[in-house]
Parts: sequence; structure tokens; C-alpha cells
Amino acid sequence: MRAPGGPEVAAGEVLLSVENVSLSFGGVKAVSDVSFDIRKGEIRAIIGPNGAGKTSMLNIINGFYRPQQGRITFKGEARAKMRPHEAATGGIARTFQNVALFRGMTALDNIMAGRTLKMHSNFFWQLLRYGPAMQEEVEHRRSVEEIIDFLKIQEIRRVPVGRLPYGLQKRVELGRALAMEPELLLLDEPMAGMNLEEKEDMSRFVLDANDYYGTTIALIEHDMGVVMDLSDRVVVLDHGIKIADGTPDEVKRNQAVIDAYLGVAH
Amino acid sequence: MGLLYQIFIDPFVQMATAPDLFVQTLWEGLVGGMLYALIALGFVLIFKASGVFNFAQGIMVVFAALTLVGLYDAGLPAFVALGLTIVVMFLLAFTVERAVLRPLVNQPDIILFMATFGITYFLIGFGEFVFGGDPKVMVTDGLFLPKGAITYKALGGIVQLQKLDIVAAITATIMVAVLGVFFSKTRIGRALRAVADSHSAALSVGISLEQIWVIVWFAAGLVALVTGIFWGARSDVSFALEVIALKALPVLILGGFTSIPGAIVGGLIIGVGEKLGEFYWGPLVGGGTDAWFAYVIALVFLLFRPQGLFGETIIERV
Amino acid sequence: MLYREAGQFKTSYASDFAVFPILQDRIGIAVILAFAFVIIPLTGNDFLVNAVMIPFLIFSLAAIGLNLLTGYTGLLSLGTGAFMGVGAYACYKLTTIFPNVNIIIWVVASGFFSAAVGAIFGLPSLRIKGFYLAIATLAAQFFLEWCFIRIPWLYNNNVSGAIEVPQRELLNIIITGPRATAQTRYYIVLGVVVLMTWVASNLVHGRIGRMWMAVRDMDIAAELMGIRLLPTKLLAFAVSSFYCGVAGALMVFFWYGGSEASVFNINQSFTILFMIIIGGLGSLLGSFLGAALIYVLPIILRFVPPALGLPLQAATIEHITFMVVGILIVFFLIVEPAGLARLWLIGKQKLRVWPFPY
Repeated sequence: MRAPGGPEVAAGEVLLSVENVSLSFGGVKAVSDVSFDIRKGEIRAIIGPNGAGKTSMLNIINGFYRPQQGRITFKGEARAKMRPHEAATGGIARTFQNVALFRGMTALDNIMAGRTLKMHSNFFWQLLRYGPAMQEEVEHRRSVEEIIDFLKIQEIRRVPVGRLPYGLQKRVELGRALAMEPELLLLDEPMAGMNLEEKEDMSRFVLDANDYYGTTIALIEHDMGVVMDLSDRVVVLDHGIKIADGTPDEVKRNQAVIDAYLGVAH
Repeated sequence: MGLLYQIFIDPFVQMATAPDLFVQTLWEGLVGGMLYALIALGFVLIFKASGVFNFAQGIMVVFAALTLVGLYDAGLPAFVALGLTIVVMFLLAFTVERAVLRPLVNQPDIILFMATFGITYFLIGFGEFVFGGDPKVMVTDGLFLPKGAITYKALGGIVQLQKLDIVAAITATIMVAVLGVFFSKTRIGRALRAVADSHSAALSVGISLEQIWVIVWFAAGLVALVTGIFWGARSDVSFALEVIALKALPVLILGGFTSIPGAIVGGLIIGVGEKLGEFYWGPLVGGGTDAWFAYVIALVFLLFRPQGLFGETIIERV
Repeated sequence: MLYREAGQFKTSYASDFAVFPILQDRIGIAVILAFAFVIIPLTGNDFLVNAVMIPFLIFSLAAIGLNLLTGYTGLLSLGTGAFMGVGAYACYKLTTIFPNVNIIIWVVASGFFSAAVGAIFGLPSLRIKGFYLAIATLAAQFFLEWCFIRIPWLYNNNVSGAIEVPQRELLNIIITGPRATAQTRYYIVLGVVVLMTWVASNLVHGRIGRMWMAVRDMDIAAELMGIRLLPTKLLAFAVSSFYCGVAGALMVFFWYGGSEASVFNINQSFTILFMIIIGGLGSLLGSFLGAALIYVLPIILRFVPPALGLPLQAATIEHITFMVVGILIVFFLIVEPAGLARLWLIGKQKLRVWPFPY
């Protein structure tokens, strides 16, 4: 599964890096001079107390916010600001803290929407819903069904997402992001509000996506157990500043991290 | 070349060479703008307190004016008719709250906005049914509203200010001042602002939403009545007024939807802009530009400052 | 028992994607089409066809147009009347300049003019969102209305400012102008509306419909999916205005037989908007249901008092109609904000399990 365009990045090499990135809103500094990288194929966790700037960091990576300083390098290309459309075509997909599903549509349609970038049949065939347009719908439906099987959400295909329970909504949102066949998947608190069983399911999906699809993952998460189990490397933010960066073991022993966030050595 | 001169130079030359005409046009623009501002004020009141964009504000102006004239024509003395009209506007506020707002209390704003369309249609039908559809003459003598004009010899010519307009301006200013004080200093005013911020939070501190809404719709009704009186006195009471209410929208764009001073400033800008535009540039294109000029002003404004002069910057959180 | 899908299995994705997957639905549509194409022209009197069916179809088409923009893409538009006018005047100019070209071709072509104008007035959607965008459409409405009056070339410098429809033929049958029969005009309008409804259905069920709905529901997430906002919104404006333009041309050429600028005023815009609000935003069926209710109801209301023996004036009936419509709008919003289309779906849902309660 490869995203279109851009040079190929080998496993283990840096896929995306942010360098000296700073972002402020009015007088509030959300992110101060943060630098870290994400290597291809890894699961990278971004953790920290509330207000640390984690979501702002994700927003910068996929282009919703423009940092006042710093650069973002993605697949070898450096730029001062990412544009949402560039992020999408470059292969970055994302889920949101507050589940940004298209509430007027069914689960199936939401995930099909994720395939939009890959659908090219022109307007004329769309008017007739025949020939190339229909072939495309069927072909992409096949891929979407694979994802539906993977996430085990077959029964709720035709349910309008507004009616789904929270846990299932998050799963559908993950499905929609996976439908883009992303190289880099940004997950913003994918386990928030879930019970233990749902968390285990979700962790399984995240790991499988990384394993099976080879997707690089950056996730924001508060549950330390999940972070320690899932991630290859962790970066810790506090009040917009990076205070630690390393493997889960290194980070959980780091005194600054314990003081700011963990409280007690985990 | 000639066309460029006509558009960019000539109008200003005209303004400079006949300053009395310019001031006259400016004054008329201000008066018109002030009336737009009053209509916008009604919108702002309701929007500030309930988040509802009351499309029916325009028809409320007409309805209030019609009621007053209807009662007066039926033989009641002017001030009695006025008092009864105020009662009617209160009843209207009460009915709207009971029949429309309460059943729709948790619906999204767009639904409530559409409900005000329903109110509009109903009031149009009802007003026409009870009072008939022909234009009527507003009560002026009975309410001690002056007639005639004050004429100044100034700026090389004559400037005429209608006395009615002056009274209207003064009344509007007083009303705005009273409303401003009411909102910021009184207990009810504070409650209104609380409700505007968050219905559930207001409820949790014990503010009765229903009472607030009745109060605010009544206040808007009073503003509509004053607007109707002055507008009707300048040019007959008819249902055409309803479309004029749409002009309040550009005013709200400029002034922001929640700002009382914004409604005033916005109204004056639109009124003056429209009048000057029609007088000095209108002849170039055959006239009648005041049908759309206000909207174009608003549109241009929106492109540069989507939140208006006084509105709050919209921050979208992801 | 009747309305069940048990036993109807889909064996391919293609059949699952069908617009009417259930057999009973397909039969239903066939029945409706048979009714429309065969029974009504044979049995309906001229009044039914002329004053009810033709305008109902035309308003449904305009309602579909507006629904595509406001219901599916979430862009509130108050300029529907003006866009219908663009289509009407474009068609008029085209057929008076090129009288030998088939009028139906010009009706369709006028849609393109409307689409272009719609797209231009949709440009502000790049910067302006939601309710504020409606102001841009209001500007369009009032400006275009002003154009219809102040540009005499549009109505061929006719002194009265009105346009009169010239006689045109198709296969030697007179289809426009005073001598065209109601039956003929009905068939043309029906054919155009059925065809365009089919096309609209294709659009909304496929990729483009999903893009529009994504922009409506959460444009930030849509952008992230690679959906470019401005082209998608402009496409919505263009297609919507195309439909409204064709509806406007049909209105003048196949119903009124003539027109003047006031036909395409702000009230027309509001009328169509109410149709889709009551009928159901984001539903093609809703466009038809809303048009039926808002247009046909007043006609029915006009007949009730005489039938009951009440001697009411026409004007009074008009006033009462306004009141009833107002009450209905509020009533529907309270009872079912998603409109008649949702009520219909709920009804079908109940029908599926009938005679069991659930």
C-alpha cells in the first residue's frame, strides 16, 4: 500500500520530521521550539499533560495550523507550512479527538469518502453512474469491505454514524483514515472514553494496521499502559516544550517526565 | 478614458461643487441608515439572548405599525392605541415563546431560524387578514410627531432637515442608550447575556429561559414598534416594508450579530453608502442601485473581514 | 408482509449499490412513472395538467436544484429565483436570436448560462461560510433582478419589460406559445424532469454526492481526505444553478407562456427554500414532496371554502393560505425537522414490519 507521489522512504528512515517548530495563538504559545522525527514503520507516541500542545502538533503536521517558526520535512521535502490537501495527497491521514465523522452519512459512506482521492472517473460518467463510474465504485467498495472486515464493523455498515455508540464511531473514523491507504497515520487520542475491552480491541487494530499495512503511526494517548505496550518511541511535551524523547523505557524513567506528568515511576 | 473619469473623478467633483446637496444626501443616508439600524437592533437583541436569527423581525415592524394604525383608525385615541399595541406585542412575544421556541428548545439554530420563517408567513397572512393589504397612513398628529422641515441656508445652498427625521434620530439614540444600559447594568440584562452564551449553563444557575425569551422578544417587539412608527410616518405602512427588513442583513454583517453599537454603526454606514452610491453613481447605470448596493457592500466586507466590524473573530477548534 | 426484503440477496457490489435495491421500491417507481406518463394525460383535464402537474414538476426541479446546494452541500442560498431567471432569459435570447434551433436544446443550453452565473456568485464561498454565504446569494438575487429590469436587451427592448414566448415546434407539433396544448407541454416538462432527476440521483449516490455531503458535515475533515473545498463548492453552485436555470426556462416557455422580472424575485427564492425545508433537506424525494405540499396545498385550499359553501374572497383565501403555510412550517419543524422525506422513510420502516409493531 503506497501513497501517490513523493520519493520512496525505506523502513527505518525518517519519514517526517519537525524542526524548531513554534506556534502561538495571540499571546499564548502552544508549541515552543519543538523538534522530533518519526521513522517509517514505527509507532510513535506523543504524550504529555493537558494543554501540552499535542493536538496542536498534529494540526501542524497535517496543515491546519501554520507554525510561526520552523520547518516540516515530509518524505525528504522541507517546507514552512503543510497544506491540508498536500498532506492528504502525500499520504497523511488522521483521526480527531472529537470524532470528526460525517454525521449525515452511513458508516459505509464515510469510509468510502476516504477513497475520494483515489477515484478519478470523470464528471460525465458520474452523471450517468455507468461504465467507469460504476466500475470504480465497485472496485473501491472491495477495498473498503476489506477494511470493514479488518475492523469488524460489518453489521453497522448502513447505520448513520450519528446513531452509533462512541466506541464504534471511533472505529469507523479509523476505518475512514485507513481507507486513504496512508503512509503516516495520525491518531488523536484514539482510546479516549473507551472501556478496557474497547481499548484492547483498538490497540489490536492499531498494531495490525502497523504490521499488516505497514502504516507509520503517530498517536496521542493518555493511557500509559497503552503507550508503553504499543509504541516504539515516545516524545513527551509539557507546556509546549519537548522534555523527553526516546524508547518507552527510557522515557518512563526520565525524572523530568515523572515530575511533570507521570507522578509516580510507572 | 471618459468612463474612468465618470466613475472615479466626476462624482467627487459633484460633491465638492454642490456641498449643500452632498450634506442633504448624507443626512438622508444617515436617517435611512438609522432606521436600518433599528431593525438590525431587533435582530441583535434576539440573537444575543437566544442565538436565534429572527427572520420575522421585518414583519414584526410591519405588524406593529399595522396594529397601531388599525386601532387608531377604529376610533381609539392615539396614545391608547399605542398602549394597546404594546400589549399586543407582548402577547405576540408570549405566544411565540410558547408555541415555537419552547417545543424547539434543543434543536440546532438552523431549525429555529427556519421556524422564524414560519412565523413570518403567519404574520403576513394574519396581518393582511385582519387589517387588509392596502397601504395605510401612520398616525402622526395623535402621537405629537412633528411635520415640516427646518431649512438651513448653508454651504452655498439649502439644506433641509425634516423635523420628523430629527425626532426619529433622537428617539433612536435614547432607545439604544437605554438598551445598552439595560444589558450591562441590570440583573435581567446580565441574565440575557448569560443565556446568549450558553443555555444549559444559564439554566444551571437558575435562570428561567422561558421568561428571558419572552422579555427579549417583547423588547424586540418594542423596537419594531418604534421602527414601524417612524418608518411608516416617512412613507406609508405597507407590506413592502418587509423586504426592506432584508436590508438589515448587510447591517448585521458589518456590525456583527451580537453588538448593539455595531448595529448602529453598521446601519449608518450602509445607509450612507447606499444613498451616496445611488445619488452620485446611480445615474451612470440607469438608477435603482439601492436595490442591491447594500448587499454588495456587505459582500466586499465579508471577503476581507468575515466577522464584521465588531463581531468576535471566529476561531475553529479541531 | 408486503414490503419485505427477505429473500432478496445481493450477489454483487454493483447490485448493492443500486438506488432502489428492494424489488417493491422498483415496482413502486414503475407504477409512479406509468401513472405520470400514461394515466394523467389520458384522464386528467386541462386544469389538472396545466395548473397543477406542470408547475408541480417545474417547482420540483427547482427544488432539486436548491436541495443539491443547500441540502446536500450545506450552502444556504437565497438566490434561487434569480438563477431561475437567468435560465429563462437566456433561453429567450437564444431562441429569438436562433429561432431555427430546437427549443429544447436551448432550454438545456440556458442551464449552462445559469450554471456559469451560479459559479461566479459561488466564488465568495472560498472565504465566507455558512449563514454569511447566504448574503452573497442575496446580493446575486437583487443584482440579477435589477439586471432583468435595467438591461432592455434581455427582453428584446420590449416596451412593457415583459417577454412573450414565441411559437416553437418539435417534429411538427407545436410545443410552445399560445397554441401549444397542455398535453404536449406536459410531456416535454415530464420528460425533462424525469431525465434530470435520474441524473441528480446518479450524482448524489456516487463520489460527487459523498464529496458534497462531506463538505456539508465537516469541511475540515473533508479537506483532510483530499477533497478540495472550493472546486467542490463551485461544482455544487454550478450544478444547482443549472437545474434552477432549466426550471426557469421551462417555467416561462412551457407554463406561463411569458414572463416579467418580478416572477423571479426574492419571494420565489423563499418559496423554493420552504419546499426543501418541509420536504426534507438532502433528499430528492423530499424535493418532490415539498413542492407538492407548498404548491398544491394552496390550490386545494382555494377550493375548500366554495366546496363548503363559505363565500370567501380570493384575497382572504390567500391570506389564510399564508397563515396555514406558516403554521405548517413551524409544525413540521417541531414534529419532524428532517421533513416529509423522513416521515416517508419512517412510514416505509413501519411498513416493513407490518403487521407487526416492531
